[in-house]
Amino acid sequence: MNYFEFVGMILPRLLRATVVTLELTAIGVGSGFVLGLFLALTRVYTHRVLSGIANVYIQFFRATPLVVQTLIIYFGLPPYFRAIGLRPMSPFVAACVALGLNSAAYQAEYLRGAIQAIPSGQMLAARSMGMTKAQAVRSVILPQALRIVLPSWSNELIYTLLYSSVAYFVTLEDLTFASMKIAAKYFRAFDAYSAAAILYLVIVILLSRLLAYVEARLRIPGLSVDDRAR
Amino acid sequence: MPMDTSASDVILRVEDLHKRYGKDEVLKGVSLELRRGQTKVIIGPSGTGKSTLLRCINQLSVPDKGRVWLEDVEITQPRTNINQARAQIGFVFQDFNLFAHLTALDNVALGLVKVRKMPKRDALVRANEELARVGLAEKVGSYPAELSGGQKQRVSIARALAMDPKLILFDEPTSALDPELIGEVLEVMIQLARGGMTMIVVSHEMGFARAVADRIIFMEGGVILEEGTPAELFTCPRCERTGQFLRKITELYGETNGR
Repeated sequence: MNYFEFVGMILPRLLRATVVTLELTAIGVGSGFVLGLFLALTRVYTHRVLSGIANVYIQFFRATPLVVQTLIIYFGLPPYFRAIGLRPMSPFVAACVALGLNSAAYQAEYLRGAIQAIPSGQMLAARSMGMTKAQAVRSVILPQALRIVLPSWSNELIYTLLYSSVAYFVTLEDLTFASMKIAAKYFRAFDAYSAAAILYLVIVILLSRLLAYVEARLRIPGLSVDDRAR
Repeated sequence: MPMDTSASDVILRVEDLHKRYGKDEVLKGVSLELRRGQTKVIIGPSGTGKSTLLRCINQLSVPDKGRVWLEDVEITQPRTNINQARAQIGFVFQDFNLFAHLTALDNVALGLVKVRKMPKRDALVRANEELARVGLAEKVGSYPAELSGGQKQRVSIARALAMDPKLILFDEPTSALDPELIGEVLEVMIQLARGGMTMIVVSHEMGFARAVADRIIFMEGGVILEEGTPAELFTCPRCERTGQFLRKITELYGETNGR
């Protein structure tokens, strides 16, 4: 069986695993965004205690490996879950939780930077018109901060896609783990892994295109450097 | 100081404001009163608390001591809804502070929608009117980054006007502008003053002050040194310092910009 016949044979299984990878990515980045936004707002707009707690969270998740976090969540927590009468998490849920909690820490830092990049005078202007702080954040600060954060957020999306291969550590068959199993079963490591790599590559290229399009659509006229500028 | 609410055309009353930033006492007891339709221009060397005074009036800076009334509502009272009070006090900043992601039209409409809870359609109609009033009917769809400094400042004046404020505070509205753009902003402000708008203007534009100020206030070192009509201050200021300062400013800026 040549390379292409082999890949054709394993493709259905790889594609099923790719669906799992995409689900992990979407849920990880999505929940990470919600939590990360909450953390970033807490960091910027609250005083010492709450802001400090958010900071500790961010530092912890950025200073420990995602793999270790995943192992703690999947293997370390179940006894405590049982102790309070909860069922342990399934591999899929555990992987989503790990990716979401981890991505939240990174997204929080990107978002904090973007929020702080908005000139403070705009907040003053909004408040001077009688807007509440929450209104000003929602209508003035965030629409701009989210545009600024988009390029680094695109990186985060791609990293999360690639790091979703921690699924292996919780025995969840994502794209990486599926290719490992195939490689072991048929003794064709190069063929199985290169097929997986190509699938990752295709997804990343498509996502980058999509995000570049979104970025261009949301650009504020007059604010960005001219595309033709040198 | 006795509080006299019977003088019903008093829009703003400021009583003994003090403000300290760390060791620096920036305001050392400032009091003033503004009647409906009055324009007061505050002048004085930089770092004497002029901007701080404006910010303490609408509580963007919280004064350490002293009281501020908007008509008969004391806005320094902790129980006063400060957002309601601010919605009635326009504020025009030195560096415009337009919302960079919104068109001129949406910059003006935002406060109407969010604060006044006006339906979006009505807010846009009103925003169009206000932009036309400051001569920017052609620019409603432009984003701040596409406008000149003078146009930006006129948008920010329209943004303040749209809220139907009881008074407008101007914090050095022409100081960040190229000289040739100052005139178009002053022209709008002169129209407003003549049209009966109540305003406090921190500015060194003596031509403007002379043309429309009912009173000029000279501030130095965190206190009001002298207050009087333009004629009084320009011809024979009681304080030596006021005279010195006026001569210097007139030399530096001339009087050509206001008309």
